[in-house]
Amino acid sequence: MEFTSNPKLNKSKRMRQNFAFNVFRVLSLLVVAILVIILGFIIINGISVISWEFLTEMPREGMTKGGILPAIVGTLVLVAGSLLFACPIGILSGIYINEYAPHGWLKRFIKLMTNNLAGVPSIVFGLFGMALFVNRFGFGDSILAGSLTLGLLALPVVIRTTEEALKSIDNSFRIGSLALGATKWQTTYKVILPIAFPNIITGIILSIGRVSGETAPILFTVAAYFLPKLPTSIFDQVMALPYHLYVISTSGTNIEASRAMAYGTAFILILIVLIANLLANWLRGYFGRKVKMN
Amino acid sequence: MKRYFHNFGERIIEGILTLSGAVTSLTVVLIVVFLFKEGLGIFSQQPIAEGGVIAVNNQNPVKQLSAKEVKEIFDENIKNWKEIGGQDAPIKTFRLDDITDYYSEEQLGKDFELLPQRLSELVSKEPNIIAFFPDEYLSKDFQGHQIKLENISAGDFLGGTEWYPTISPAVQMGVLPLILGTLWVSLGAILIALPLGLATSIYLAEIASKRVRNTMKPVIELLAGIPSVVYGFFGLVVLVPLIQEMFGLPVGETALAGSIILGIMALPTIISVSDDAMRTTPRAMKEASLALGATKWQTIYKVVIPYSISGISTAAILGIGRAIGETMAVLMVTGNASVIPTTFLEPVRTIPATIAAELGEAPQGGIHFQALFALGCILFLMTLIINVSVDLVSAKKKENR
Repeated sequence: MEFTSNPKLNKSKRMRQNFAFNVFRVLSLLVVAILVIILGFIIINGISVISWEFLTEMPREGMTKGGILPAIVGTLVLVAGSLLFACPIGILSGIYINEYAPHGWLKRFIKLMTNNLAGVPSIVFGLFGMALFVNRFGFGDSILAGSLTLGLLALPVVIRTTEEALKSIDNSFRIGSLALGATKWQTTYKVILPIAFPNIITGIILSIGRVSGETAPILFTVAAYFLPKLPTSIFDQVMALPYHLYVISTSGTNIEASRAMAYGTAFILILIVLIANLLANWLRGYFGRKVKMN
Repeated sequence: MKRYFHNFGERIIEGILTLSGAVTSLTVVLIVVFLFKEGLGIFSQQPIAEGGVIAVNNQNPVKQLSAKEVKEIFDENIKNWKEIGGQDAPIKTFRLDDITDYYSEEQLGKDFELLPQRLSELVSKEPNIIAFFPDEYLSKDFQGHQIKLENISAGDFLGGTEWYPTISPAVQMGVLPLILGTLWVSLGAILIALPLGLATSIYLAEIASKRVRNTMKPVIELLAGIPSVVYGFFGLVVLVPLIQEMFGLPVGETALAGSIILGIMALPTIISVSDDAMRTTPRAMKEASLALGATKWQTIYKVVIPYSISGISTAAILGIGRAIGETMAVLMVTGNASVIPTTFLEPVRTIPATIAAELGEAPQGGIHFQALFALGCILFLMTLIINVSVDLVSAKKKENR
């Protein structure tokens, strides 16, 4: 009966536990509150700015009036361009790391390099993109240079996503397929990839949100301060939403007058991230149900 | 035949996959090559303002100066040639604007066509002059000695306390304030983010019900998804005025504003990494602790936290890494004054913000341009150290098991 004989001690223990748990609960709520405040602030101030005109017109009068169409189009083009580069290479690379690479130093080295690339600050990508794509390859400030730079930034994300998706697949699928006489690639292509596909897609959608908001890599590779026309070739410069927001909130000709435009632009950026996240969550749920049904 | 073809196809596919696998490593190598090639150029360039010439009289025994000395001379902190190894004579500084003190407009000729000649004349006849003028006015038979500045050494670069990359006549490229500014803001960020992040991850991993957990996870994912420029914008319109008012400061753009915003941005990384670490605690260990009469809270801080401490340190290191490299948000809220930080209530300037703010204006191939690439190298090395130490920590963890 020793361990229940001291009710006083138990009480103080329980009080301490309650106190600690409540502290954690409050701090966690604080984290949620921070998100709600930031999102709420942007959405409440931004939603009233949104109109058909805002979405479909060129900026006017020193970017204090009109719309942000070229920035929206620019961001969409850059996202598409970067994923066009990052997805094939990233998925193939993920397959190599998880399915093909022999265990040992090579695999560890490649993984370390992928992690390093993921940890490289976005401004360094900007410097690198400028040195390699803009200057060395002579692309100039262009959609091509910006997309490739952003693509390199998204690459580690796609690789990791693919890797995680492949890793979670039970080995019995591979063994079963190989035992039936399929080659390694047939196994990967026809058995493993279809199972991993939902998770890979989810990861890629999440990275859309990330790429569309990046500013530092496009500063010196593609982004235009003010360019009220739509791009016609991949060697054109474009405006982009995040850079536009930066410009009109810090260095525009009339910062106060363009505040409303800034709220609207921030709102659109948040909206893209929100949609990407919701879509990813929905897909997760959707594919999750489908797998259960089978 | 078909079988052979099959094998051949397999080989090709394997080759393609291997190539793709090598892309990230190749990129890292290319980043290193390009950054360092451009960045190291700073050590072999004259630290004179773009397109400028510094000249003294031929008789002057002083033939070489450092960038620092030139700045001190033109700021009139050094007034006598004796102080820098010359004769005992007062220094007479000359900038192009001073030309009218010596020559009339007629003497300079129409459209200043005689200016190069006059400059040469002036420098040759004034024994104690030090002149700074654009190199387009340097005449072919210049009668004076062009001062060669000492190249910037690694010590000057890393240890210099003044960052004035565009002042004339001699640019000052000391990055110490920028390095310290970066570390200062990141330190503040981690002081804010670590307690908050750890508390949240403990709550998520050990206390919260499954339902709460499932709603919190997407919230944190969303926090990670908000673009940094939006954080910066929020900081600029909400946090900066708030700080200015609360502390009664002349400007609200301070290290504190940067640290708070960076802290919020580092939260998702810290929460998800330490949450993952805590959830790997074996159930048997926790149950043994509870069975011995420990409360849930005692189990958390005596079993779960010690067990997952390497994961928690990884989280902290990654959080710092995120903060060090963050550009736009910091650029927008910290005020960007390149001083060595002493308090959180003054503006600071970080390395990424410096690169983002100045690269657009730096002429390509010039010393300023190269200095910014050198800053990029420093930033890259900082994050490399962080990543490698994370790798080592997690390798050690596996070993211990």
